[in-house]
Amino acid sequence: MSGPARLSIFAAPLLLAALVSAGAEIALNERRSAYDDMSRDNKAMQDDDTSNPGMLAVLDGEALWAAKAGASGKSCADCHGGAKASMKGVAARHPSFDASAGRPVNLEQRINTSRVQHQQASPFAYESKEMLALSAYVAMQSRGEPIAPPDDPRLKPFLDRGRAQFNQRQGQLNLSCGQCHDDNWGKSLAGNTVPQGHPTGYPIYRLEWQGLGSLQRRLRNCMIGMRAESYAYGAPEYVDMELYLMWRARGMKVETPAVRP
Amino acid sequence: MARTLINVPQKAKRGEVIAIKTLISHVMETGFRHDNMGKAIPRDIITSFVCTYNGEEIFRAALHPAIAANPFITFHTVATESGTIAFRWTGDNGFSQDASAKITVG
Ligand code: HEC
Ligand code: HEC
Repeated sequence: MSGPARLSIFAAPLLLAALVSAGAEIALNERRSAYDDMSRDNKAMQDDDTSNPGMLAVLDGEALWAAKAGASGKSCADCHGGAKASMKGVAARHPSFDASAGRPVNLEQRINTSRVQHQQASPFAYESKEMLALSAYVAMQSRGEPIAPPDDPRLKPFLDRGRAQFNQRQGQLNLSCGQCHDDNWGKSLAGNTVPQGHPTGYPIYRLEWQGLGSLQRRLRNCMIGMRAESYAYGAPEYVDMELYLMWRARGMKVETPAVRP
Repeated sequence: MARTLINVPQKAKRGEVIAIKTLISHVMETGFRHDNMGKAIPRDIITSFVCTYNGEEIFRAALHPAIAANPFITFHTVATESGTIAFRWTGDNGFSQDASAKITVG
């Protein structure tokens, strides 16, 4: 439904893009969350846990955490105990390397690994109500924690790939992510402030979506806006991009569940 | 069952003006949209919200299709006595959800 509107919004930077050359990464002390650009009302909505609609999903996630499921007959809590202690900082260091997959996995994939291998239950689909609720609940335990990508040499090639994708011009508009989010953040794009594009608040409650969505849903939105071909949910390309975004936001604080316009 | 989040002060002075905040999970499907196949998506909204203070109605709202998903309703009242502040949302397809909070007035 939001497709056509989005395309026209994104078509505007064609001109703007022509004026800029490939830029550099944002200096660490200049980084800011899109939260800082939000209206007073939207900030208030995110700040108060009884007005933040993302908290409704967190309540669902809390119930799922305690629910027994699968052939193991165990709940997440049966193995991990209270999420407050056991899941603190976990979202802040994902994607992380998974030895059996031989590559980085993001938080959603990690939750599904636990669900399939340990709980012996069926995996949750990407963007399903359950996965969004559980990942919001797990990620909220890192709220206020600094993003801390693992210092793991095995991640290096994937991080490099994510960075290369971020700086690669693509799609019919021939734009790169970096042209908007490194070179033109803070400027106006058809009424929106172009943010630096940090992954600090995911899953987010987006007012335009009228619901919760994952980081990959957000990335799909940007890719559709660039008129580039988007990947399937969970595709390695997205996970590599997530890894780079987390590295780019290292030290910034987790806001989950954030509110965005 | 819908999830609710209620914010009522636990304690207040008699005569104090207090803020009440409520949030409920609901799709608020307008009835004006169509799915990918062009089929109309039937309306499914909350139509009414009522707040009572020790049984007496103190606030009521009628909700309409233009209200966003997960309606957030906030209003003020005067703390008169200790007791229960109760909330009821009702809507299409027999939707009904209750929540309540206790308040101590001294
Ligand atoms: C039968 C026990 C068991 C159950 C049930 C279980 N887990 Fe796990 N989980 C583990 C073990 C063991 C690990 C660490 C080894 C691994 O990564 O596979 C783990 C790892 C994790 C991690 C990564 C933690 C980190 O520090 O990086 C997350 C996140 C997680 N589980 C979430 C969940 C969720 C959510 C559920 C419920 C849907 C769940 N787990 C159910 C045993 C379990
Ligand atoms: C034409 C400019 C443009 C391009 C190119 C673009 N984006 Fe965005 N991006 C935006 C705007 C504008 C927003 C803010 C939301 C909105 O209004 O749509 C956004 C939002 C985001 C966010 C969410 C930030 C937050 O705080 O929640 C992330 C992450 C992001 N973009 C990443 C990317 C990635 C990765 C790419 C490349 C695949 C990309 N973007 C390409 C303009 C762009």
